[in-house]
Amino acid sequence: MNGIAYTRYELLRTFRNRRFFLFSLGFPLIFFWLIAAPQHNKVISGTGLTYATYYMVSLASFGTMMSMISTGARIAGERQAGWTRQLRISPLSVRAYFRAKVLTAYAMALSSLLLLYISGSLLGVSLSAGRWLAMTGLIMVGLLPFAALGILVGHLVNTDSVGPLMGGLVSILAFLGGAWFAITSGFLHAFGQFLPSWWLVQARNVALDGHAWGARGWITVAAWTAILAAGAAWAYRRDTARV
Amino acid sequence: MTTQAIAQLDGATIEPSGGVCLHGLVKSYRGPEGPIRAVRGIEVSIAAGETVALLGPNGAGKSTTIDMLLGLSKPDGGTVSVFGRPPREAVDAGLVGAMLQTGGLIRDLSVRELVGMMASLYPDPMDVEEALEVTGLNATGGQRTHKLSGGQTQRVRFALAIVCNPDLLVLDEPTVALDVEGRREFWSIMREFAARGKTVLFATHYLEEADSNADRAILMAHGRIVADGPTTEIKARVGRRTLRATLPDVNQSSLAGLPGVAAAERHGAVVILSCIDSDQSIRALLEQYPAAKDIEITGGSLEDAFLELTGEPDADGPDADKPQPGTR
Repeated sequence: MNGIAYTRYELLRTFRNRRFFLFSLGFPLIFFWLIAAPQHNKVISGTGLTYATYYMVSLASFGTMMSMISTGARIAGERQAGWTRQLRISPLSVRAYFRAKVLTAYAMALSSLLLLYISGSLLGVSLSAGRWLAMTGLIMVGLLPFAALGILVGHLVNTDSVGPLMGGLVSILAFLGGAWFAITSGFLHAFGQFLPSWWLVQARNVALDGHAWGARGWITVAAWTAILAAGAAWAYRRDTARV
Repeated sequence: MTTQAIAQLDGATIEPSGGVCLHGLVKSYRGPEGPIRAVRGIEVSIAAGETVALLGPNGAGKSTTIDMLLGLSKPDGGTVSVFGRPPREAVDAGLVGAMLQTGGLIRDLSVRELVGMMASLYPDPMDVEEALEVTGLNATGGQRTHKLSGGQTQRVRFALAIVCNPDLLVLDEPTVALDVEGRREFWSIMREFAARGKTVLFATHYLEEADSNADRAILMAHGRIVADGPTTEIKARVGRRTLRATLPDVNQSSLAGLPGVAAAERHGAVVILSCIDSDQSIRALLEQYPAAKDIEITGGSLEDAFLELTGEPDADGPDADKPQPGTR
């Protein structure tokens, strides 16, 4: 019951933090325009997708992954400030705390997604309403493992190391997921499919024929969600000792 | 939930065990050089409405005790009861407000919003404006939390602790970062709140804070309670009194032999007697040496009492936590 007002204040705080907001939303957008704009109608060989479509989803994956994992930075900061302990001596449940964090991250992710969709449309990406929705739905589901990862990171590291860790993690995951350039064969192709970021990026294939994930995609995302959620729960319990 | 809490409190005023009860508490945690026995079996019972100071040097086990009282950590042994409930339940019912030793504020909210956010978590909170009023923050309500002075931040933290309208207020070294003026202000706000019939427990290593703000002091050292009683009684129990007088031409050793005198010193015409029983000493002195004048008797400070009870100065030494061979 008490979580709703708390979530509202969390959202308010996030959207008020102008620098965080601008950087989180700005970078994927700048990347997108730099990469996709010069040749937006050209089809990337082996994918059947135009630069605009391909990089719209790639950078949406990158940006939304960042949004989710930055939950970790916020949690790490609140832990370091001692705020988490203050909340623990209030009736706010752990569940409600994490729910607020995850919902806030999703709000950021949706904002980032919306801006990239608008940019994509301006560069000629045209999909039916159903496909826009399907793509959005897949990305939202594909972000679940990253929501858990954010909480895990937030309880595992301190504020000094959370920045480099997040940057590195997201870059590697985006690269191996095929966000920067198409990985169509070889070891990286085989390996990438075991990663949650691969399937996030695969949401772009909705633009081709309406389908993006087979059973393998769903299973991989579900497995990572379960593993990382268990990890997050472990990290939280380990962390509740006095810092 | 609220009516139940009130019923509990009413009961508590008649029966002291309705307040806070720590029974046989034991807690160790892992340190860099093996386990640290932070709390080694303490018994505390605080009646509703009391203001109690938990006094001790750094590493005495005060914060560990407070963590267990608040349900932030689980005791290895013993039980905690807050108004007859386990700590977590008391917290959920909004009976407990606390200011922890470390704790910043989160940014990007105004003071009023932050206090409002905390209030929104509780079943029966105080009105936000009232919490700001009590803590003298009316004029600061619109300011962002990351733009406050140290004293203001501490008052906001106090507002966060009381906005749930708690029956028990726990403060862990609340004035540690404040200057003299900030401290004075803080304690006057605290006393005003305590006067509403609240139970207050505060940890401090400033002896004068315990002396002037608490009815009762519990002295901790090495994870144990070494004294527990009214602050005045603790002073009286161990604090020797000093008797000064101008009295030339009297031999020092005969002064030391007066009843109630533990030691005598002479500085020129002035004699300084350290007395175990100053009442007896002054009578004997005047009887035997009617020429004594400029007589002055001063009480021992809580600081002296503390040194005597804990057997060591209020030091930050890392050894404070280690088991001392052969002590107590």
